[in-house]
Amino acid sequence: MQDFSYIAAKTIPEAVALLDEKGESARILAGGTDLIVQVREARRDVDWMIDIKSIPEVNVLDYNAATGLTLGAAVECYKIYADDAICDAYPSLIDATKIIGGTAIQGRAGVGGNLCNASPAADGIPPLIVLNASCVIAGPNGEREVPAEDFCTAPGQTVLAKGEMLVSMKIPVPASNSSSYYLRFIPRNEMDIAVVGAGAAVTLDAAQETIISARIALAAVAPTPLFAEEASALLAGQEVSDEAINAAAAAAQAIARPISDMRGTAEQRTHLVGVLTRRALNGAIQRVREAT
Amino acid sequence: MARRSHVQTTLNGETVEFLCEPRQSLLEVLRDELHLTGAKEGCNNGNCGACSVILDGRLVNSCLVLGVETEGKSVETIEGVADPDKLHPIQDAFLENAALQCGICTPGFIMSAKALLDENPNPTEHEVRYWLAGNLCRCTGYDKIVRAVLDAAAAE
Amino acid sequence: MLENKEYKVIGTRPIRHDGVDKVTGRALYGADFQAAGLLHGRVLRSPHAHAHIISIDTSRAEALPGVKGVVTAKDLPNPGDKIADLGEGAVNLKHLCDNILASDKVLYKGHAVAAVAATNPHIAEEACTLIDVEYEVLPPVLEVRQAMESDAPILHDTIRTTSLGETGDEPSNVASHIQHKLGDPEKGFAEADVIIEREFVTGTVHQGYIEPHNATAHYNADGQLTIWCSTQGAFTVREQVAEILQYPISKIKVVPMEIGGGFGGKISVYIKPVAALLAKKTGKPVKVLMNRADVFEGTGPTPASYIRVKMGATKAGKLTAAQAYLAFEAGAYPGSPVGPGAMCIFAPYNIENVIIDGYDVVVNKPKTAPYRAPGAPNAAFGSETVVDEIAEKLGIDPLEIRLLNAAKEGDRRADGPVHPRIGCIETVEAAKAHPHYTAPNGKKHHGRGVASGYWFNIGLESSVTINVNSDGTINLIEGSTDIGGTRASIAMQAAEVLGIPAESVNPSVVDTNSVGYTAVTGGSRTTYATGYAAYEAAQDVKQQMIARAAKLWEVDAANVQFADGEFSSINGKEEQISFRDLCARLGETGGPIVGSGTVNPGGAGGAYATHVVDVVVDEETGKVDILRYTAVQDAGKAIHPSYVEGQIQGGAVQGIGWALNEEYIYNAEGEMTNASFLDYRMPTCLDLPMIDAVIVEVPNPGHPYGVRGVGEVPIVPPMAAIANAIYDAIGIRMTELPMSPDRLLKAMGKI
Repeated sequence: MQDFSYIAAKTIPEAVALLDEKGESARILAGGTDLIVQVREARRDVDWMIDIKSIPEVNVLDYNAATGLTLGAAVECYKIYADDAICDAYPSLIDATKIIGGTAIQGRAGVGGNLCNASPAADGIPPLIVLNASCVIAGPNGEREVPAEDFCTAPGQTVLAKGEMLVSMKIPVPASNSSSYYLRFIPRNEMDIAVVGAGAAVTLDAAQETIISARIALAAVAPTPLFAEEASALLAGQEVSDEAINAAAAAAQAIARPISDMRGTAEQRTHLVGVLTRRALNGAIQRVREAT
Repeated sequence: MARRSHVQTTLNGETVEFLCEPRQSLLEVLRDELHLTGAKEGCNNGNCGACSVILDGRLVNSCLVLGVETEGKSVETIEGVADPDKLHPIQDAFLENAALQCGICTPGFIMSAKALLDENPNPTEHEVRYWLAGNLCRCTGYDKIVRAVLDAAAAE
Repeated sequence: MLENKEYKVIGTRPIRHDGVDKVTGRALYGADFQAAGLLHGRVLRSPHAHAHIISIDTSRAEALPGVKGVVTAKDLPNPGDKIADLGEGAVNLKHLCDNILASDKVLYKGHAVAAVAATNPHIAEEACTLIDVEYEVLPPVLEVRQAMESDAPILHDTIRTTSLGETGDEPSNVASHIQHKLGDPEKGFAEADVIIEREFVTGTVHQGYIEPHNATAHYNADGQLTIWCSTQGAFTVREQVAEILQYPISKIKVVPMEIGGGFGGKISVYIKPVAALLAKKTGKPVKVLMNRADVFEGTGPTPASYIRVKMGATKAGKLTAAQAYLAFEAGAYPGSPVGPGAMCIFAPYNIENVIIDGYDVVVNKPKTAPYRAPGAPNAAFGSETVVDEIAEKLGIDPLEIRLLNAAKEGDRRADGPVHPRIGCIETVEAAKAHPHYTAPNGKKHHGRGVASGYWFNIGLESSVTINVNSDGTINLIEGSTDIGGTRASIAMQAAEVLGIPAESVNPSVVDTNSVGYTAVTGGSRTTYATGYAAYEAAQDVKQQMIARAAKLWEVDAANVQFADGEFSSINGKEEQISFRDLCARLGETGGPIVGSGTVNPGGAGGAYATHVVDVVVDEETGKVDILRYTAVQDAGKAIHPSYVEGQIQGGAVQGIGWALNEEYIYNAEGEMTNASFLDYRMPTCLDLPMIDAVIVEVPNPGHPYGVRGVGEVPIVPPMAAIANAIYDAIGIRMTELPMSPDRLLKAMGKI
């Protein structure tokens, strides 16, 4: 493993100043479950690891039924799914946090790190997209917010500029008669990286028969996790039906641009986008209906 | 080379100090600096669980933690599980159930099972299997391991 | 015939002797070895699957601070054309040496090229990146049928095909062709009412032991070389290192540390000679560890294969003829397990007319190594699938057709040997009688499959020494490394002879200087052969103890008998003394007692297994889940039933992994793209149900307690059983392993 220096930053300004000074050679260390492996396997060149876990703002986990969820960038998966109110409000996020790695990984890894690692196959990102999450970024010029679907720009690349770091993700209060669902396809039942992932959030009318709005997001079928905007829009105003869901699934398949690799073939992935989009939508709809 | 850092941590209830390079994982520190070789390296990338330890009450892969990160924290390893004259019920259950063959994965499984039972003293078979999915065993087919954990839960 | 009788110790389930060490983290495995002044070694591996080595420049690596030594193939003695005899057949010494450190050519990605010793492992790793190797890259050959083409790139200019005693003229990738023939296959097929012929492809799979290879070596000033390592056989390490380094075995001591799994993969040496070279060069102890990618890319997996099977049967279900074509990838150097595959393929059946052709073919992948019943699982995937299809065609229950044709004592295997007493019929009958087989299974996309399997097992040499302690316990010294509880199963056999509890035996696995020659823990031989040696050593102790009792009582030894742990005098004097009490009186009756036993038994006895599996197939994703699994096996006599069950369960689960997801995935350049536990997908506990292990006991006449080896045969049936279950679920015959979701989707026409 290459040699590097380690600094535990205590405040956001300290971390930002370090990132600004060290530039490309610095990397934020949160859970480390991706970063440490990447450096160890010489897939990422890092001279400075800046540990942010002592910074209070990145450890915030605050859900308020009036204002929504603030999810600090370093909050570990296990803390998220241990919170019943968050489980009720954002079930797709919970689906994802329970399948990122095994139990030991979930003790360290968080959704913020999953986002910043910017893997096309990240399980944590489709839920953020379908839940309309906003990413709070701190930098030398202050704070800015970026929608989750715009955060990743390429495999391993994000919108974070020199000196910038992710502080938290803000997720709005879910609408009434809404729910969400995330699932992935893997050959085993745990420990694999998604061959394809699909998340869906739906808001139904009071009768729970008509879809008011929906958001669909996909993983592992493009260089970044995708917001399936057209597929989502197709569902607005539609009655819940196999036809509507199949049409959305077909639209989701149309934007998939998968590759073939050791985890799956392009044809397999395109096929699975259809299957998983249907299952995610049906899962979300079922959750709305079961909740009442 | 980065300077070796001085780290103070609580290890199996005792305060310990060590020097380590930032690139040394907690697993390397335990094994090479502190000579606690119960945690094993099976994959060194978080996919086998042979290096499982409990860090501040939470199960982690020690290969994915830097030694320097443990400053001021508490680390539990397999070496601290048994009392001097009495095994932990999980250890007894592993022996009674013949839940080990080569034994290389056993310390990791026991740490993982301990973290499970500390949190959920009465898990179902499915909960045990879900929790232990990050620990690979190639010898047993897991049957006797799952039974041992369920037995230990019943015994506690 | 040996009766299946009740014993006092055998058949019970004591706590294994090394158990407490292993649940407390105290047991010392190879990588746990520490020594003062230890250096850390790291191996540089080829990035290319096939290339000439033009030059190697180590100067930049040697200049790195902390580096203490660098070695390449130039540091190995020139092997010339010598054939090494390692006790298990002749091996070309150049091939053996070149697989340790490549001299002129690299033949797979991951092939060792050079190695560094440094003051810490990170420096050693960095130094490897500073070794400049110039390659002339050649096109790789990555698949057995491609390698057999006449225009395929040739790996070795020196290999000529040996075929049925003849040697070819031209260089070839086909190292050898073997054939077994029984009866008149043409006539047999003519008699058949139904003939099924299918072709099968299986992927390269790895043993997947959790502990990577490791070795620490040290040269003393007097030339004494000591190697501490994890291995399935300390003595074979000594032999291999002696051949590779051309160093006398008397100057080599191999200390077997605890071993974290092997399954056949820790018999061949890889880094042990490298550690020795580095130790010699630096004068310090050097520890070399593989990482997980090294293990996948640089050690022997078990071969991919192409198989054709043709079988014929009468309407009544009698198998009249069978034919098999087995082409196995040997990897970079000859020596695939196509031979054992050919021995096992039709062995569950008594078929009068058989022809089997086997081909050993080199390809640009790591030199294959044994893996649990090597060769048999590949072969059985083909034959057991075809038998299932014949049963279906004839409308006969698949277990019934196996019973109709089951091999039994006196039948001849296609490769010649006549079966001794075997338990083939008994395992099929037990599977048929098991509640699993008759449980309802009518749900959509649920399926049930069965398959049988055979492994011949081996005997080979084992030595045991027993030292009697004054407190009535014994110290049992053995050379078999304990991978799965064999300290207990061996100790129990000595305890049974001496009428003492298993806990009164202290077993120790010791180094090559401290016990008689003992072959590897492999071939399902350890509880059988080393257990046999322990039996003999205990008999030796018993006889010596009888003599002591006779001396004590001043009677003739012939008038002393021993039963249930008590010596007693017969024919006259009324005397009795327990084993324990007599142990306390050894000093006064002549001094310490040491018993010894050495064996090389021929009657290993074959092992049979029949498995029943229920699966559910997700028709939309192609994913197969295992719902229920029952594995029936003949253990001869189960010494420690828990560890016999463990072997059965573990073998079945490795088979499940092989069946569903495990394979080496290669790109066009010959690089393995999934060399990690993340992407080489071995089963986790969430992928499995409980595995119901059913032990059948048909005592083996070749062992005093009837033991048969149990370790290997459980991996033979799973692939075919699962394929047959998938067919039952969705009506599609899968003929390629693994039966991964993408392959099922393709077979179902979904993609």
